[in-house]
Amino acid sequence: MGALKSKILVLALLPIPAFFFSLLIGRYEIPPVTVFQIFISKIFNPMMHSPWPQAYEIVVWEIRLPRILLALLVGAALSVSGTSLQGLFRNPLVSPYILGLSWGASFGVALSLLVPVPFSAQVMAFLFGLLAVFLAYSIAKVRGETPVVSLVLAGVIVSAFFTALQYIAKFFLEPHELQGLVYWMMGGLYLANWEDVSVTFAPIIIGIILLSLMSWRLNVLSMGDYEAKMLGLNTEVNKIVIISLATVIAAVSVSVVGTIGWVGLIVPHLIRMAIGPDHRKLIPLSATVGATFLLIADDLARSLTSYELPVGILTTLSGVPFFVYLLKKTKGRSWG
Amino acid sequence: MITAKEVKFSYEKELVLKGVDIEVVKGEVATLLGPNGSGKTTLLKCLCALLKPLTGCVYVNGRDVSKMKRGELAKLMGHVPQDHKPPFPYTVIDVVVMGRAPYIGAFSIPSRKDYALAEKALEIVGIGHLKERVYTQISGGEMQLVLIARALAQQPQVLLLDEPTAHLDFKNKILVLKTVRSLAKREGLAVVMSLHDPNLASMFSDKVYLISNGVIIDRGEPSKVITRDNLERVYGISVEVIDQNGMKFVVPVLDDLT
Repeated sequence: MGALKSKILVLALLPIPAFFFSLLIGRYEIPPVTVFQIFISKIFNPMMHSPWPQAYEIVVWEIRLPRILLALLVGAALSVSGTSLQGLFRNPLVSPYILGLSWGASFGVALSLLVPVPFSAQVMAFLFGLLAVFLAYSIAKVRGETPVVSLVLAGVIVSAFFTALQYIAKFFLEPHELQGLVYWMMGGLYLANWEDVSVTFAPIIIGIILLSLMSWRLNVLSMGDYEAKMLGLNTEVNKIVIISLATVIAAVSVSVVGTIGWVGLIVPHLIRMAIGPDHRKLIPLSATVGATFLLIADDLARSLTSYELPVGILTTLSGVPFFVYLLKKTKGRSWG
Repeated sequence: MITAKEVKFSYEKELVLKGVDIEVVKGEVATLLGPNGSGKTTLLKCLCALLKPLTGCVYVNGRDVSKMKRGELAKLMGHVPQDHKPPFPYTVIDVVVMGRAPYIGAFSIPSRKDYALAEKALEIVGIGHLKERVYTQISGGEMQLVLIARALAQQPQVLLLDEPTAHLDFKNKILVLKTVRSLAKREGLAVVMSLHDPNLASMFSDKVYLISNGVIIDRGEPSKVITRDNLERVYGISVEVIDQNGMKFVVPVLDDLT
């Protein structure tokens, strides 16, 4: 028990050292002590006359900090979304994108580049992401019920549909617009600013809190529709609420940073392997570990080479071998 | 305690249940006996309101189950599923405490009291020692007992079991059915279960409903229902019925076996 408790504590506190470590990293060299001085003075004494160059302050406060916060928020959102949906669907291959979210969102972006729309690309990504999931849910619904298999299949259908639409859009896009779309789809945090943080903060935090509160119910739902009904749950209502929350937090993330893959697939597995299947622990720890995972990946993306690497590629490249190792080591036991 | 009146049901055009009546009272173990496809499982699903009968009603304590919310029904009726595939390796106690779900709000978690009740349920079925074990790593018989404990944690008045002995070995069949029977007597539950084996039905039931093609052919005490005529009619094979201290045992007649 003691070992498990200390493991949980470590995982819960992981984002804190990662946060301070990430503040120090960057191509623009600033002495670590100065970084912390800027950070502290900005928080406790914003009016203070700063003895360090103005540029330092901009780098730390306007570039690094919002990017770090956005990485934490998005990493937490994608992981919690993945954990919730994997539990609900009882399926290890489920990610936040399973119901067509990513393809809907990228079509939304393509459309915003192609035709004049009254919304920004971000809003279009969000709206079309939600639209895709809503379509998948509607397709899967038969006689008031949405069996999990139908949902997953409907997700495949909707993804295929939006992929096709997106190819049509791509066909008509100018080369430089096409490039923009490709970068967006690879996902990245390089444009992060305080506005992104303020837009994503409330929905992601509220979504994660609500899903954490429903975590025990998720345990019951993970026994399957049939048993959950016999245990007194209205499975359809519960399903709609959990899918909606998981979709909204993922869609908010995708709309701001693009489709960063694998975070929502790997992190839930990692935690399940480390501390077991109880969603009461899984959901909050998915948030902290997912946040840390994406933050570290983004640190690497912006510091590894002289170019900025798309963080989505790094999350995939770093996630895959680690995942294979864990799968071999635990022999897939975290799935019964 | 639980009553079904004139229950008819069809999945497609053909009626699977053709007007079934049953009545099971407190402390009674009733067994639905019949061949594959006779309608046992469909009837159980109608009893727990998973399927809605075309006509006819199911009442628990005089209340129509089709008009009750899931949460209300789950407080009156526990259900032990047959084909149960647990996706996650929860601990035994965590599985059993799920039986408290009808009493726990959407945004809440089980309290100490809920855990105490879950532990008590494990003690009642005699597997208190398995509490901390991983549910997916225990034996089939133990799993069945865990599911029974989970149903008990619902504090129901009616217990439904769908072929509780389906995948169990000889010893575990007896163990599970003994447990079910003693629960009915000690906890005053009305038990309805489906079984394939007439001998097990004979040993552990107070009442047998013999079902064939969606119709109840015969009902009553096992010794009255499990007769040569009845079984030959329902299963279409020749059998002999042996009387052992007033309990009927069925042996198939294998005249073509050389």
